[in-house]
Amino acid sequence: MTQQFYVSPEQLMKDRADFARKGIARGRSVVVVSCQDGIALVAENPSPSLHKIGEIYDKIAFAAVGKYNEFESLRQAGVRYADVRGYSYDREDVTARGLASVYAQSLGAVFTAEQKPFEVELAVAEVAQTQDEDHLYRLTFDGSIADEQGFIVMGGQADRVSSAIADGWRASLRFPGAIRLAMGGLVTDAEAGALPATAVEVAVLDRLSESSRGSRRELSESSRGSRRAFRRLNDADITALLAEED
Amino acid sequence: MQEPTAHQVAANATSSFTEHLQRDRPELLPYNRDLPAGAAAAPLQVPHATTIVALSYEGGVLMAGDRRATMGNVIASRHIEKVFPADHYSVLGIAGTAGIAIDLTRLFQVELEHYEKIEGTLLSLEGKANRLGAMIRGNLPMALQGLAVVPLFAGFDTAAGVGRLFSYDVTGGRYEEREHHTVGSGSVFARGALKKLWRPNLTEAEAVAVAVESLYDAADDDSATGGPDPVRQLWPVVYTVSRSGARRVPESELAAVAGSIIEARTIARREA
Repeated sequence: MTQQFYVSPEQLMKDRADFARKGIARGRSVVVVSCQDGIALVAENPSPSLHKIGEIYDKIAFAAVGKYNEFESLRQAGVRYADVRGYSYDREDVTARGLASVYAQSLGAVFTAEQKPFEVELAVAEVAQTQDEDHLYRLTFDGSIADEQGFIVMGGQADRVSSAIADGWRASLRFPGAIRLAMGGLVTDAEAGALPATAVEVAVLDRLSESSRGSRRELSESSRGSRRAFRRLNDADITALLAEED
Repeated sequence: MQEPTAHQVAANATSSFTEHLQRDRPELLPYNRDLPAGAAAAPLQVPHATTIVALSYEGGVLMAGDRRATMGNVIASRHIEKVFPADHYSVLGIAGTAGIAIDLTRLFQVELEHYEKIEGTLLSLEGKANRLGAMIRGNLPMALQGLAVVPLFAGFDTAAGVGRLFSYDVTGGRYEEREHHTVGSGSVFARGALKKLWRPNLTEAEAVAVAVESLYDAADDDSATGGPDPVRQLWPVVYTVSRSGARRVPESELAAVAGSIIEARTIARREA
């Protein structure tokens, strides 16, 4: 039997928080931007199949930075939570607020009770009919939850990227402008030059997905009259969008 | 300690919504319920959904259902819809006990969407057809008590580039149909009509007319099947599935098709 050293709770929490912060700071950044057409989610991610951005429900998307295995299990738990809720009540009764609070509780419980905290930071975004009613929640490793306005930046260089986005963000941005802004902001993160379409993962929550037109013709081809607002954009879509004027 | 943890993680990693419910919330499944003993002695008076027809045409498959639900000799509903989109590339129609069938449809829709969200890719058409078969088999104890559900499933196989059609029995047996198929109380009459009306390589518009006419014939001879109702402006529910996905045929189009069938039959003045 070895004697346990006494560690004060303050020190214990601080050590855990530092550990989690270090893990998150190693990762690349993710930007979530609310704009006139909906919500754009942009992540620096060279892999076309290991996603950092995912669909949770009709109007709700998920973005994460940190350890893949940890946020992937949280994403799957979120999809299960939303689908069970929508199936047992109604599709309308699934809200980002409910999901974010479940995430906050799980992250908080893991932070205090488990061997090591989750090294992740999450964003839960919900698109609404009007921009004022959009919800952006940021969740950190210790279970803190913040209701953000306009945009969220997470990951390694969050402060630098955040100031770049804050300079360019306007409520009247369309999708091309918002994605260009996000990609421009992420560049300060990388060493040099503009990011190519293959280096980023982009998805949108389309505000007008349910109208037969959709907000943009090229997006609406596949999403005609769909209640599911989430669309993942492939490299060609991104290149085409970026070539457009605002 | 490592191995049991890894085993547990692998065991919990399911992409199936039904499996998840079975494990965590079994009370939410539409089947999986013990009925009181002796319930089979007196068949329950519950709404039953009736005739569904499905047929292939050039470039896709089509499914249509009438709008009637019956409860014994009573018409339980004139508006019920029995054909639903399952996902972007498939549709299903249901006949049998309406209450269970509609929940089963909802479960199947969530099942497909859940898989798509967890895995990031669509389930193959065969995979969808097998999942539906497993759900019908899950309902077998209820079917033995008289609460059977019999679906019909149609979808576009994006890998093979063809529309395909699957029928089921109450035990969950899955059979691929090549040309057309019908289920429900009026299925015998609809099938007879389809045998004469269907031919290979129908266009989409011709296929809609054939489906509506076969339902008209079913309604003619089966009291549980509703025909087109010009008084209430009720037409069958018709979905087509092709390379571009599932599409609900608009009411206006169906009104015109049903109108011309009624007109032709009026002119012919035939007794049967």
